[in-house]
Amino acid sequence: MKKRKERIDRGIKARSEDIFALSSHLEMIYLLLPRAIPVAGLLGVAPFLSSYWREVFISTGVYALLAISWDMLISAGLISLGQSLFYGIGSYIAGALNCYWNWPPLFTIPVATLGGGLVCAIMLLPVLRLRGIYFAMVTLVLPLMFSRLVEATRILGGTEGLTGLTPFPNQLVALYVIDLALLSALFGFRRIIDSDYGLIVRAISDNDRSVMSAGFNIHWYKSQVVLLGAAVGSFAGAFGTHVDMFAGMPGFALDYSIMPVAAAVVGGMGTFAGPMVGAFILVPLSEILRALGALRIVFYGLFLVLFVVALPEGLFHYMQRKYHQCERWVEVE
Amino acid sequence: MFLGTLVYGFINSSVLALVALGFNLTFGISGVANFAYGAIYIFSGFLTWILLNSLGIPYLLSVFISILCAALVGLAMYYLVILRVKGMALSEVMATFGLGLAIMELFRYFDFVGFRYTLPVFFDGSVAIGEVFVDAQRLVIALIAVGLTAFLYLFTHHTKMGLAFRAIAQDERTALTFGIDSDRVGAVSMAFGAALAAIAAIAILPLGTIAVEGGYEVLINALAVCIVGGLGSTVGILVASVVIGYAQTFTANFLEPHWMILVSLIAIAVVLIVKPSGLFSRQKELEERI
Repeated sequence: MKKRKERIDRGIKARSEDIFALSSHLEMIYLLLPRAIPVAGLLGVAPFLSSYWREVFISTGVYALLAISWDMLISAGLISLGQSLFYGIGSYIAGALNCYWNWPPLFTIPVATLGGGLVCAIMLLPVLRLRGIYFAMVTLVLPLMFSRLVEATRILGGTEGLTGLTPFPNQLVALYVIDLALLSALFGFRRIIDSDYGLIVRAISDNDRSVMSAGFNIHWYKSQVVLLGAAVGSFAGAFGTHVDMFAGMPGFALDYSIMPVAAAVVGGMGTFAGPMVGAFILVPLSEILRALGALRIVFYGLFLVLFVVALPEGLFHYMQRKYHQCERWVEVE
Repeated sequence: MFLGTLVYGFINSSVLALVALGFNLTFGISGVANFAYGAIYIFSGFLTWILLNSLGIPYLLSVFISILCAALVGLAMYYLVILRVKGMALSEVMATFGLGLAIMELFRYFDFVGFRYTLPVFFDGSVAIGEVFVDAQRLVIALIAVGLTAFLYLFTHHTKMGLAFRAIAQDERTALTFGIDSDRVGAVSMAFGAALAAIAAIAILPLGTIAVEGGYEVLINALAVCIVGGLGSTVGILVASVVIGYAQTFTANFLEPHWMILVSLIAIAVVLIVKPSGLFSRQKELEERI
């Protein structure tokens, strides 16, 4: 006797998909719980952490923001291997404003967010026509180019970078700033991508030519998406700069490009929550494995391969399916 | 000075061509951008060193073994990983990049860092070209680059396997109807690419020390040459390596060595923006940009 697994959407899922027809507290909880967990987790846990783990939490937040920004680009079918471009540009703008003109973080971070987003979007404008791996290779090369350019021309502090920047008043403030930024990016982007506007963006990644023939200017849409993603990435850079009190060539390092992609692969692309889950698994994990030294990166590479091959949908899609569907074994007739 | 720049520019070009041949072969045929290429290069360098110095195996035999091992690694990578994610550009890049990272950092973990990790040169001594003295190894590299290119040309135009390679590269579905197994050809092309990386490593690494960081640089140089020349085009590779090789040598001599790697990076960016298929590749325009 053969059996197969049957997956059926829960009734509440089917009813709440587009029109909200909730009839009980249980159903409201069903819908709210997955949204409440990240909010409560991010805002509630922070005060109870030790100083060391707060620091880990902050850097996790930075990587999670970069991962969310990566996910925004992938929604429009743009594969970015160079999130460190956004991070580096944001960090240098904030660092330069703070170092040369003594602007406080309250001004440098918003300016770096907007300015970095604009600079990156304008810089990527000529390559938005490229597809797939060709776009990926340009983005891989750009941050490397910038760090070599800084090294060769010795501008902006050269290899030593800009040091002695203004830090945040205390760790807890920094932590809540990144938490709030993370939550607003997460829910904001999810909202954008669920709207009609997001529908066009997602359609571009599915079939760009048919979107073009429907009369939409896909390059204009793509540049808007890059602006959004780059602004979030630049915010992460500006924030990280003030936390480290340093802006320099490490901002363009490969870490900031690879970690977000890995987080998105592990967590599940296209959901924004997935990359965040991935970042919150990978960064603390690599912190725990720090004692292993270089072996940590070996594990990390293998982990990446394992997820790409064995669970390509990512953790978040898997969890989402389990939450929304009941599964049972039925006999095959 | 000028003659020296010309000679060393040519040698630099051959180094680049040698490095890019394997990467180009794999990408041109199976469409897999092997981001573990630098790792395989470093792997074969260290493997040869271990065979020579730790196990005391004669030079020719250890060279043979490490080329074979590199090819096997390529084959295993194809069947175990790439075959499962074939056709998805992002997954391929992530998987090969992850594997490359794992291989390279494993060497760093086992402390393969330092000046004692060098491979022996083929011939000692130096040769005078005009007033410029060039050591024999650099000339050998140029010869190997020329020889391998000729070999690859003959192989892809006059053997059954080579013709199958080109058939798959041109049109996979039509090739399938002629009974060419695209998976097998893909695997062999991967193994070939890896073996070429090993040959490049054994020829080029004696010029310096074997370092893990070298792997990243090799990958960037291979990417630069392949993108500028056009992925999958052998003529393109030769022209691009001459262009980039001379550009690098001239910048190193007349500007500053710092700017050398910048030349390849800028070349990649400019060519991708202007003509993503590269200078010498005409195929598949719509697949790469819109």
